[in-house]
Amino acid sequence: MARAVTTRRKTINTLAAWAIGLLIFFPILWTILTSFKTEAQAINDPPLFLFFDWTLENYAVVQERSDYMRYLWNSVIIAGGSTLLGILIGVPAAWSMAFVPSKRTKDILMWMLSTKMLPAVGVLYPIYLLFIELGLLDTRVGLTLVLMLINLPIIIWMLYTYFKEIPGEILEAARMDGATLKEEILYILTPMAIPGIASTVLLNIILAWNEAFWTLNLTAAKAAPLTAFIASYSSPEGLFYAKLSAASTMAIAPILILGWFSQKQLVRGLTFGAVK
Amino acid sequence: MGQITLNQITKSFGDVQVIPPLDLQIDDGEFVVFVGPSGCGKSTLLRLIAGLEDVTSGEIDIDGRDATEVPPAKRGLAMVFQSYALYPHMSVRKNIAFPLRMAGLDKAARNAKVDAAAKVLNLTDYLDRRPGQLSGGQRQRVAIGRAIVREPAAFLFDEPLSNLDAALRVNMRLEISELHQSLKTTMIYVTHDQVEAMTMADKIVVLQAGVIEQVGSPLELYHTPRNRFVAGFIGSPKMNFMMGAFAAEFDAATIGIRPEHISVSRSEGKWSGRVGVSEHLGSDTFLYVEVDGLSDPVTVRSTGEVGFRHGDTVYLTPDAGKIHRFNNQGLRIA
Repeated sequence: MARAVTTRRKTINTLAAWAIGLLIFFPILWTILTSFKTEAQAINDPPLFLFFDWTLENYAVVQERSDYMRYLWNSVIIAGGSTLLGILIGVPAAWSMAFVPSKRTKDILMWMLSTKMLPAVGVLYPIYLLFIELGLLDTRVGLTLVLMLINLPIIIWMLYTYFKEIPGEILEAARMDGATLKEEILYILTPMAIPGIASTVLLNIILAWNEAFWTLNLTAAKAAPLTAFIASYSSPEGLFYAKLSAASTMAIAPILILGWFSQKQLVRGLTFGAVK
Repeated sequence: MGQITLNQITKSFGDVQVIPPLDLQIDDGEFVVFVGPSGCGKSTLLRLIAGLEDVTSGEIDIDGRDATEVPPAKRGLAMVFQSYALYPHMSVRKNIAFPLRMAGLDKAARNAKVDAAAKVLNLTDYLDRRPGQLSGGQRQRVAIGRAIVREPAAFLFDEPLSNLDAALRVNMRLEISELHQSLKTTMIYVTHDQVEAMTMADKIVVLQAGVIEQVGSPLELYHTPRNRFVAGFIGSPKMNFMMGAFAAEFDAATIGIRPEHISVSRSEGKWSGRVGVSEHLGSDTFLYVEVDGLSDPVTVRSTGEVGFRHGDTVYLTPDAGKIHRFNNQGLRIA
């Protein structure tokens, strides 16, 4: 017998879901609200929720003091570039692990994952020295490479999982039909794995966009992305909550909008294969 | 042309040898069926011929040319898979045209060939659909269409009918046989279903544990099985085997009698027993008779309807000329 769901229970469930959702979203909402306050109102006690003098002053100041577009452009290039590069390397890698596994494939996958367990700061020193040596410090190329390498294990793991869902017989059929390895990947595997590849791309853009450790430590001015843009407002000159909030809002807005529009795709991709 | 010769080929996965040295000759235009129980190596053998697996040692010749090292696409063979293995993101037309596209044919030539194949396979109305919108039988026809357009030297079928329901399976069996008669191309067909093997094959290859037990026409295998395994595998219902005193009487370690070669009577006969289960098929009746001195019931096939009931005492008489005799190694005694 199906469980009877009463209207009351439904209402309670809905309210609970909204409460949890708002709780999670609250810090972001608070940041956005604070960005429209004056500095005095931002630190007012008790805190002001909606009834204050809404102002765009912070945005004007932030834009005047730092060039938002330059940071934005750096973020786009670094996040997009590292993801694209990661996919180009990840697709063939995941292909070989999914369809021609060797005795060591499982070990390699675990080893790649284990690199994510190491605290990033543990390798900061060698990487910093390498960057100086190679002249990559504060360059977009350098950051793109580092973020690609950092996210590559996730890219390969996700693609590997999606590729595993594709029946090997279909690829064998393509081979029998005369497809070369390149044609097999291009015409058969990739189109079939599009939902998986798309969500891998989205997730990695988000991860790369939000990455703060390497972007803050390996850039100064030229290649600094939006994370550095935010950080520059929590400076020794003192905390300016309203301006910091305005900068944060400007930094997270693009990725928030991207996430909003692609949420269906993301959820579908992440649960791909879980439900048949 | 489609002559295939396997010369002392072996296949090992790691330390496990699944195919010990094996020789086989398949002539041009033949319909050859590899049959055997699950895990007997029949699919592996087909995949070795296809080139989807590499042989561990030995040589595969196709039309007199050594093809051992030739990649699958260049062997001139087409394969139909058990799961159909259609490209789900392409229309039926694009599926069938895919091998032609890979071969570099231009669009007009591709379309002409696809249309011709679709007509033969009754797929004309479905060319713009995706595989997901087709029934199992239609999908299998698309897979066959994709194989036909290449005009291969030989077709390889890997249990193509096992995903279909019983009625459709009989239809598709006929269609594939008709296709073979009209194309006259070599076909190699893998199945675990001995009925498919008997009805379709020119030549049956019975395999067990990677070893060829016997090669021959369906009726050769039926009438003169080389050993106990083949005798038990070919024919439905299975052959009855008897040992001990029953066999000694005929100077053999084991004797085998097919259910259709035993007559049953209420009053007199060679062996007495009681009727256990009886299966009424209308055209035939299968009786499972518990014979005194035998542990397994003896299967008897009677034509038409018979009035025996559970527990009735009956007498069985084998057709003396149709008794198969085997020695203690399980080999046929001539």
